Amino acid sequence: MKSDTIAAIATALSNAGIGIIRISGKDSIAIADQIFKTKSGRKVSDMESHTVHYGHIVDDGTVIDEVMLLVMKAPRSYTMEDSVEIDCHGGIIVTKKVLETVIRHGARPAEPGEFTKRAFLNGRIDLSQAEAVIDIIHAKNDLSLKNSMRQLRGNVLTKIKDIRSNILLDVAFIEAALDDPEHISLEGFNDKLSTNVSANLKSLNHLLASADNGRMIKEGIQTVILGKPNAGKSSLMNLLVGEDRAIVTDIAGTTRDTLEETIQLNGISLNVIDTAGIRETEDAVEKIGVEKAKKSASEADLIIYVVDASVPLDQNDYEIIEFIQDKKAIVLLNKSDLTSVIDDVTIKELTKKEVIRISAKENTGIEIMEKTITSMFFKGDIEFNDEIYITSIRHKAALAEAIKSLEQVNESILMGMPEDFYSIDLMNSYEVLGTIIGESVDEDLVNTIFKEFCMGK
Amino acid sequence: MSYVYESYDVAVVGAGHAGCEAALACARLGLNTVMFTVSMDNIALMPCNPNIGGTSKGHLVKEIDALGGEMGKNIDKTYIQSKMLNRSKGPAVHSLRAQADKQDYSREMRRIVENTDNLTIKQAEVTKILVEGDQVTGVEIYSGGIYPCKAVVLCTGVYLKARCIYGEVSHYTGPNGLPSANYLTQSLKDLGIEMYRFKTGTPARIDKRSIDFSKMEEQFGDEEVVPFSFTNTAEDIKKEQVSCWLTYTNEKTHEIIRENIHRSPLYSGAIEGTGPRYCPSIEDKVVKFADKNRHQVFIEPEGNYTNEMYISGMSSSLPEDVQYAMYRSVPGLENAKITRNAYAIEYDCINPMQLKPTLEFKKISGLFSGGQFNGSSGYEEAAAQGLIAGINAAMKLLDKEPVILDRSEAYIGVLIDDLVTKETHEPYRMMTSRAEYRLILRQDNADLRLTKIGHRVGLIPEDRYEKLLQKEQMIKEETERLEKTPLGGAKEVQEILESLGTTTLKTGITLAELIRRPELNYDMIAPLDKERKELPRDVIEQVDINIKYEGYIKRQMHQVEQFKKLEGKKIPDTIDYDDIPSLRIEARQKLKQIKPISVGQASRISGVSPADISVILVYLEQQRRK
Repeated sequence: MKSDTIAAIATALSNAGIGIIRISGKDSIAIADQIFKTKSGRKVSDMESHTVHYGHIVDDGTVIDEVMLLVMKAPRSYTMEDSVEIDCHGGIIVTKKVLETVIRHGARPAEPGEFTKRAFLNGRIDLSQAEAVIDIIHAKNDLSLKNSMRQLRGNVLTKIKDIRSNILLDVAFIEAALDDPEHISLEGFNDKLSTNVSANLKSLNHLLASADNGRMIKEGIQTVILGKPNAGKSSLMNLLVGEDRAIVTDIAGTTRDTLEETIQLNGISLNVIDTAGIRETEDAVEKIGVEKAKKSASEADLIIYVVDASVPLDQNDYEIIEFIQDKKAIVLLNKSDLTSVIDDVTIKELTKKEVIRISAKENTGIEIMEKTITSMFFKGDIEFNDEIYITSIRHKAALAEAIKSLEQVNESILMGMPEDFYSIDLMNSYEVLGTIIGESVDEDLVNTIFKEFCMGK
Repeated sequence: MSYVYESYDVAVVGAGHAGCEAALACARLGLNTVMFTVSMDNIALMPCNPNIGGTSKGHLVKEIDALGGEMGKNIDKTYIQSKMLNRSKGPAVHSLRAQADKQDYSREMRRIVENTDNLTIKQAEVTKILVEGDQVTGVEIYSGGIYPCKAVVLCTGVYLKARCIYGEVSHYTGPNGLPSANYLTQSLKDLGIEMYRFKTGTPARIDKRSIDFSKMEEQFGDEEVVPFSFTNTAEDIKKEQVSCWLTYTNEKTHEIIRENIHRSPLYSGAIEGTGPRYCPSIEDKVVKFADKNRHQVFIEPEGNYTNEMYISGMSSSLPEDVQYAMYRSVPGLENAKITRNAYAIEYDCINPMQLKPTLEFKKISGLFSGGQFNGSSGYEEAAAQGLIAGINAAMKLLDKEPVILDRSEAYIGVLIDDLVTKETHEPYRMMTSRAEYRLILRQDNADLRLTKIGHRVGLIPEDRYEKLLQKEQMIKEETERLEKTPLGGAKEVQEILESLGTTTLKTGITLAELIRRPELNYDMIAPLDKERKELPRDVIEQVDINIKYEGYIKRQMHQVEQFKKLEGKKIPDTIDYDDIPSLRIEARQKLKQIKPISVGQASRISGVSPADISVILVYLEQQRRK
């Protein structure tokens, strides 16, 4: 159900320490009441406006974070609505979790610029700022729309489209029968519907689970591993991921496609992409891989350039060095277990980047690399778009709502409710799934009814 | 030679289902009204199917009645069979449909309009709409007679440049050979009105004596009849009913059609109009749904005093010889004698996005329109728009608030909002799936939803209004009583529950909670409800539904609340969308064209995004503060 209480992370995610979650709307205090526990057991609804309280965010008995909570009652808040701010201390991952908890308890993710919009509409912001408000809405909205689609991992789009068209077909059949009961009968349809709903539920639950471990949405810093063939990119990838995800052989050109994994580094998500080694090649398949690698690298937030220290730099290396000149990158001198023919100073002068000596094989130097990346991030050397987190949370909320609606359908079937009740919830899940892939409902239903079913007269 | 004839307040063009409602509404509200028709003998004609109501259309008729319209009363007088469709489904989709005696229906309506004060009926073809500046000033008829007036309601149905077609034959007439209206289209185009050309069709009529009913299944009416009008009780309108009959097409029928499809004007390109998808011709069905080996055919009487039977499900525009072969391939119709051929009809209508939700033209003050002229189809859709157009013409002249029903108040609201907001490329038919809040837009509560509006307008008399208030009160009290009355697990109670086939009580429960159990209802728990008072049937029905579906209804009410927020944000006429720099170009163009009256309506325009809506909201607030 579309709640009128909104929530979002109010702080930029690229700095360390405190993350602030802001909730605004008539249910914000009630929502905070459900998840915020103080030692004394005092309820948020009993707290005075403009007071700060220490306690824990608890969901389902699990403590998520130790926080400070600020209560602001209407109209004395930025939006002039009841508002709550939660200061989290546990870093980005935890901040995100707290936001998700707030949303699960009845808030909805704020639209881009929505706090400001509300502040203006409720008379909080001065007229002179109206133009700026409009600009924010537009700029952020464009960005978020672009991100929304771009962040979905390849097959997720297809999956959601499939599920949606399955749902629509069921609704269309029910509606066709309701509109033309003398030509189309719903007899025996319940069993079929319940099978369909259960199958769709299974797929959606699977998607939601994958959303939790980052397999649905590319969230985090886009990190691309580059290097010429056999420099040890895949070995590095496996080290980072902690499993044999990439195939490692000593035949140059083994990784012909790009592989993606999300890893957590001191609370920062890295979306790591292993690429095919970059080299001049005549092999058609490998050529595609090389092109893909270059494309990924050009869109990356961070490039990890892996250099094979045991062989001299060649034309392929120089091409990569040229490529990373104006990009955020670090250089890893790999194979430091072997005799090195490249020294740190030369490569540092060539690339003007931080250089770290590692051995992916012996697992040395990795910690230094991790520390370097973390500090680049916290110093703000690596920037990325916060909207990505918000989008992923929005997607998850939409998935959860779609699941809830479908469960409602199954419940209605069990309770023996008449068929017209099913379509309400089916349609709702169809609609919210559409928000993930950026499609609205429009005339879909009516069109499908006429296309699929032969209507009377 | 033009000459000035009598002056009126309102001129209604057309005396079909829309025209009659429009004219009656204006005249009953005290305005001097003239209604033009091409044929006095064909007022409220039913040229196609012989029934009123059906899924979602039945809802429209009940709403028309609650607002003070005539259609419900008229069909209650003239029905010959009545059925509540979808009775096994939820209450929201129960739909009333009655077979009409077509001639009776037309005659009764003629009696009503001819005997209504302030209403003059004139047989004449209106050829011109007279406008000065952007204000309508009158109409001119074929003879040159000018009728000055302050408002005009156009309800021309399918008569503008009508052409009836089957096979290679085509006549430039309206239905049943009635004269078409050939001049008005040009006058409207001259006024800058955008016209569409639509088509629809009707099946053959067959002589009852040539039909072998023994090969068909008999279809009876309901024993317990529900009236359309809230002013009638079941007892008031009880009568002997006639039957309809069911038969099927078969492979042979389909073969005949396929072999001759090249002779269909639809497929040869002789018809240019856009037809409706929901009542396809039999040739359309056979081509589009090639995997179906049979289609249902309902044989319905056209009335009590005629042998003509309507062949529902087999509308066509194939040539006469093919029609004979095709109908005669259907079991029971082997020797069929066709009294009237099936035909398709093409006609001019408008792009309804030129209208305000009041059904007045945006560009021409005082010019209103309703019915098929607005791109809809169906008697009920026509009557509903005619009523609203008539009411709003009257409200304008009486300087009162117009009636705009929103999508959460009535199917009529959905119908008109769709017509004026969404692009339509085929005749628009009402469907329950178009109503997003259908759980609260039921046919059984149309009176509770709309009688007050009808009363405010002046079409619902005081006594009817008082009765409604009493009904509301009784529903409220009884619902509250059931919510509050507890029931303990005494032995006697448990025994009754067991006999009702429901689980016995483990803890205390209220009577309402008991009603909520799927297997129980208000009537069934009577033995457990000692303090129950005798209540009218319609009150009990409301109480039962309110309690039984409370959870769902509450959820829908919550959605309506959200919906109402944006509906309530009105956009002033004077808004200049070019003054809002951040609107996307597509949105700007659509908004300028449609000129939505509220942010809610704007949000339903295709091509206007949620971000555009946010921008409009901020802009409106900015203007308000200036």
